[in-house]
Amino acid sequence: MRAPVSTAIAISVAVILLLGSFLPVPLLQDVLQPYLLGCAVIVGGVAALIGVYNLLSVHIKKLSAPKAGNLYSLFLIIAFVITFAAGLWFSPSNANFQRVVTHIQVPVETSLLALLAISLTYTSLRLLQKRKDKMAWIFVGSTFVFLIATGGYFGGLIGDGGALNGFAVFINSLPLAGARGILLGVGLGSLTTGLRIVFGADRPYSG
Amino acid sequence: MTIIDKLLGLAIVILAAVTMFLLALPSTSLRFTRKSKKRSKQTLRPLPAFQKLRRAIGLAIEDGQGVHLSLGKANILQADAASALSGLSTLQRLAQLSIVSDQPPIVTSGDGTLAILSQDTLQAAYRSGSAMAQYRPDLGRMAGPTSFSYVAGTMPVIHREKVYTNILIGNYGPEIGLLCEAADREGTFTLAASDALPAQAVLYATAQEPLIGEEMFAIPAYLKAGNFHRSSIQAQDLIRWVLIISLIVGALLKLLQSLLGISIL
Repeated sequence: MRAPVSTAIAISVAVILLLGSFLPVPLLQDVLQPYLLGCAVIVGGVAALIGVYNLLSVHIKKLSAPKAGNLYSLFLIIAFVITFAAGLWFSPSNANFQRVVTHIQVPVETSLLALLAISLTYTSLRLLQKRKDKMAWIFVGSTFVFLIATGGYFGGLIGDGGALNGFAVFINSLPLAGARGILLGVGLGSLTTGLRIVFGADRPYSG
Repeated sequence: MTIIDKLLGLAIVILAAVTMFLLALPSTSLRFTRKSKKRSKQTLRPLPAFQKLRRAIGLAIEDGQGVHLSLGKANILQADAASALSGLSTLQRLAQLSIVSDQPPIVTSGDGTLAILSQDTLQAAYRSGSAMAQYRPDLGRMAGPTSFSYVAGTMPVIHREKVYTNILIGNYGPEIGLLCEAADREGTFTLAASDALPAQAVLYATAQEPLIGEEMFAIPAYLKAGNFHRSSIQAQDLIRWVLIISLIVGALLKLLQSLLGISIL
């Protein structure tokens, strides 16, 4: 086995955290679990810094290669240097600094959201062209039903005391049941993925 | 959460662990093979999306074009980290398959820890394949720390880095639609999966090959990552049936309780 020390540490930490989540043992829940999670948070914070360094180094490398579109990397580096310097000077908790950053970030992300709305509308219109199966029709049909039902067009009929209120409640419970089924599957998948790490079958750490 | 809930949870975890372990044992696999060769071949049900994925990876390797793996923006310390771990398992197998290719896979992530783990996974795969010359640290990169900055940082990879196949596995929001749209414009193959429900709904409409629910966790097994991956999928199927039966029995007991007025549960 490669990297037996890392593997042994990963497996023992995973077992301690797993047992601490289920068994009411004070040593596990009050001592070991908070200590290990605290260590993980510190490592996670350092990893975030390394991630930012990685982001910058990739864009600096891109700038050195003459390729169309690399101007965006220059903008990223300039924006990063200004924000980083301002953050150090004023401190990240400064209200004015936060306001300036938020007033740049929010409009940019909102414009991407608008782009997403247009993109999704266009793709939904093309869906039946792309997929010609029964499920695509059910998907499109249910989208229309829920858009109409939740759009407030029949407020008098499906609201509280309306003639179709019972029917609306039944329709609204259908996606909930489906969502629970999907989430149950995702939960089981997460469980087996975690167990693969506990067994040492998956080692995403040079193991 | 009461003590009974916790013990039930622990029982499910132990059941899953024991089932996985028993199914992964070579003797169990051998018994299956002896019993029926046909049965052992059909241990994983055929899914067209995975057949297309294997073909797309093969074509990308043959053509010397890249494979892009996007790991999403899951924080490894949060509950949604399992999707990212599944992505890292896929990366390990993908890197092993791509060792013969001139173009190593490119991995993007929306979290610093994931970026480091992706670099580490790639490095380990190339080291074990004696192909360290192909490894570059910038193959595993953080594209952006927020949802939309991650998407904005990943779109240029899809557009400009000679990518033939896109695999998007991890925790995303509806913004994944923009990545699928970018991949669609480039005419590349896209297999996408997320553990979040809004992203799954968007993927159904936008992705070429969307995976719904737990199918995301089956990707390494279908890429033949190992015996344990296959046994984990089989254990997952088995426990799902146990849970379904428990839910039906519970509902029936509740119904009886309300009909007869006896306290059963």
